[in-house]
Amino acid sequence: MSVATSPKPPVVRKPDAIEPPAPPRRRSRRNLLPYLLVLPALIAELSIHIIPMFLGIYTSFIRLNQVSIRNWIAAPFVGLENYMRGLDPAGAIGSQFFETLLRTIVYTILVVGLSWMLGTAAAYYLSTNFRGRAFFRTFFLIPYAIPAFVGVIAWAFIFNQRDGLVNSVLVDQLHIVSDRPFWLVGPGAFFVIVVVSVWSLWPFAFLLQLAALQSVPAEVHEAASLDGAGRMKTFFRVTLPMIRASNVVLILLMFLASFNQFNVPFVLFGISSPKEAQLISPLIYQFSFGTWNFGLGAAVSTLLLVFLVIVTIIYVRLVMPKEKATHA
Amino acid sequence: MRETTSFRVVRSIVLAVLFLFAALPIYVIVTSSFKPLRDVSGPWTWLPEHFTIDPYITMWRTIPLAKYFANSLIVSVTATVLSLLIAIIAAYALTRLKWRGQRSFSLLVLSTQMFPGILFLLPLYLLFIQIQRTIGLQLNGSYLGLIITYLTFSLPFAIWMLMGFFAAMPEELEEAAMIDGTSRLGGFIRVILPIARPGIVAVGVFAFMNSWGEVLFASVLTTTDTRTLAVGMQAFATNVEVRWNEAMAASIIISLPVLIAFLLVQRNIVQGLSAGAVK
Repeated sequence: MSVATSPKPPVVRKPDAIEPPAPPRRRSRRNLLPYLLVLPALIAELSIHIIPMFLGIYTSFIRLNQVSIRNWIAAPFVGLENYMRGLDPAGAIGSQFFETLLRTIVYTILVVGLSWMLGTAAAYYLSTNFRGRAFFRTFFLIPYAIPAFVGVIAWAFIFNQRDGLVNSVLVDQLHIVSDRPFWLVGPGAFFVIVVVSVWSLWPFAFLLQLAALQSVPAEVHEAASLDGAGRMKTFFRVTLPMIRASNVVLILLMFLASFNQFNVPFVLFGISSPKEAQLISPLIYQFSFGTWNFGLGAAVSTLLLVFLVIVTIIYVRLVMPKEKATHA
Repeated sequence: MRETTSFRVVRSIVLAVLFLFAALPIYVIVTSSFKPLRDVSGPWTWLPEHFTIDPYITMWRTIPLAKYFANSLIVSVTATVLSLLIAIIAAYALTRLKWRGQRSFSLLVLSTQMFPGILFLLPLYLLFIQIQRTIGLQLNGSYLGLIITYLTFSLPFAIWMLMGFFAAMPEELEEAAMIDGTSRLGGFIRVILPIARPGIVAVGVFAFMNSWGEVLFASVLTTTDTRTLAVGMQAFATNVEVRWNEAMAASIIISLPVLIAFLLVQRNIVQGLSAGAVK
């Protein structure tokens, strides 16, 4: 009997020593039941995630453009050509890739850092009791609950060069600047995507921190306070370590969401972001569906996947040594 | 812990700043939606000087908003219902039955949601082209293609959250029903599902929100006929001559249903998300 060691659930009957022998039909039904129940989910996962992932890696090795895409199965195999173009720092595309990667890293650090701080501060102060607490709790969830593209469109209006709120206030009401700066073109665009991304991400940090803080018993704070620790000290020395596990997951989720950010730049700028605000996901989109260079887009996608997997593994190993030790 | 005056002051300042930041776009959306076009096309005013509800009427003619609405509804509702059905039975198998490959399966489900969406976009597009060439089923630009895509994107989170809700239900409840003569699965359907309903509704709202706000796949997998709100609304943001008042009115109509649904079930969503995050 072959025992499958593949990660897929094998549809192999497992001899069950504890159960008394039952009529074969009934028994096979019983053993197959879990597999039948997860089968739809497995098919969906395979067809939309797993197979496309391997297909994406395959397409990074073929020459795929607007002509060959019609019959992509017959597209010529070009080996590492797409990767060489994507990774050649001297070439136009390679230098654009490295610049974008670096910018995406800076963007991610800023967005995750700021969102974490705002979300944690809000959750911390809203875990104390005061009048109006319920109002803030609900209100802070609104940016998370409305569709992301709606929020981004509103920000596009706010940062609009001609008659947006920002320029009207700066130029007409406060007279700080004399000409109306372009916010969505040039260096200002990077600032705008950071602000808009933090606006839409921090409520998520708030939500998870709020849930995490609820799990910390009040007595812990009382004890720390009796020992003479101040609020700040108690928070950093006692509270934060206690919610560490959920913070590890929160930061990982925010990292992945920010690194793959697509909605904010795409709704603000359309298919081509200004170069100062170009991020990696919109760049891949532009390679693939803007310049019809699908092979290159697939190669950069694969590099992105490798990068994310490596960063995730390093992160998990660095911040979760205890869990690892208990599993070993 | 005793609250000192300085603590109260700092708390008020921090919450006020966060409130202003969170509220700014919301304020802009609400006030602008009641301004006539000439007022949103000039310098910004904090209050509507000529209050009007016209944008709510004219917006339906500026872009085919009703069509986008219908498309978004068809796609999001179908994807949500299907993903709930599939996730419920999968979560049942994962929490109540013991089987080989169980751990591998949940790891697979969890890891797929970590990968960037852009990674799957081109391959899915290619697969859809190939399916059409081979069996003539059109997925690119059809509702079906988008429904399948959204269904699968909601699935990992739905399974994850439902596992948390089901695991919290004592198994004795089903066992009691089994004594009354029903099968194990029957007991689950008749006893556990009704109790878990608030959790299931929360997961449904969450899945619906994901589909309702999805931009990337909708921008490639839809055509003029099947365009969803997420893509259609961008005409407002990137056009040269933008009717901002209508864009803001449409934003309110698009957001209100999901906002209300989310606020009603938010406690359960938080519970589901954090249960999943900690495990």
